[in-house]
Amino acid sequence: MTESLKLEIERRDGVAVVYTEGYINNLGGEEIARVADTLIKDGHKVLLLNLRGTKIVNSIGISILIEIIEKMIEIEGRLAFCNLTPTIEKTFHIMGLAQYAGIFADEPAALAELAN
Amino acid sequence: MADEGIMREVTLTLPIAADMEIAATKTATAMAESMDMAADKVDEVRMAVVEACINAFEHSHTEEGKIFLTFAVLGDDEAESLRITVRDSGQGFVPEDIVESKIGDKIHSESKRGWGLQIMRGMMDTVEIESGKDGTRVVMTKAR
Repeated sequence: MTESLKLEIERRDGVAVVYTEGYINNLGGEEIARVADTLIKDGHKVLLLNLRGTKIVNSIGISILIEIIEKMIEIEGRLAFCNLTPTIEKTFHIMGLAQYAGIFADEPAALAELAN
Repeated sequence: MADEGIMREVTLTLPIAADMEIAATKTATAMAESMDMAADKVDEVRMAVVEACINAFEHSHTEEGKIFLTFAVLGDDEAESLRITVRDSGQGFVPEDIVESKIGDKIHSESKRGWGLQIMRGMMDTVEIESGKDGTRVVMTKAR
């Protein structure tokens, strides 16, 4: 019954956009962290997680995303999110992610702020 | 709320296994939708159920290898609230010992976890915990 998370990556105007589809649980969070690591090693300093295909998360998966925030702080980069459901956005506010990561309504709004 | 009657009730036994909390969210969704709860509220209920289940999966250390859920639609003439009970027969804990997590403390800390109860409280109207040597019972309610 394990719900898998699918990821797609596109590069737009200096921003690495990671599209998620599925449940962000522990395995999903780890997969996102792996992809983020690779993007950071490739020189990307601005990451946008577009959660348009994610309707449910859990706190274990989101806790792993905090590790990505740490890495972005270390390289003086930026992590942002867009297309969150109201409940996922509320979860991010409860956990305080909004203090360290941008939250945007959609991708055009995010890119307008983040792109070169 | 204590005076409200139970209009509908579903019980569910979940084995402790990967992603079984998703099975619980399907029952929660069906019960919430049966009382015409708004979609955003249903989503919040699902999130709270996920967190309650994974807390029990991870921390109960129950020898039974399963947890028990009850979903009850409460009301008299019409449905007024949804009550969800998550019970395990594990080792229990002292709810008062749970401190609020803060992201500033989690950044660069080894442990990033410990958000479940805060999320449940943020999503539901009430969250009550009874815990002892015979296990833990979490009772959450949300008005329609």
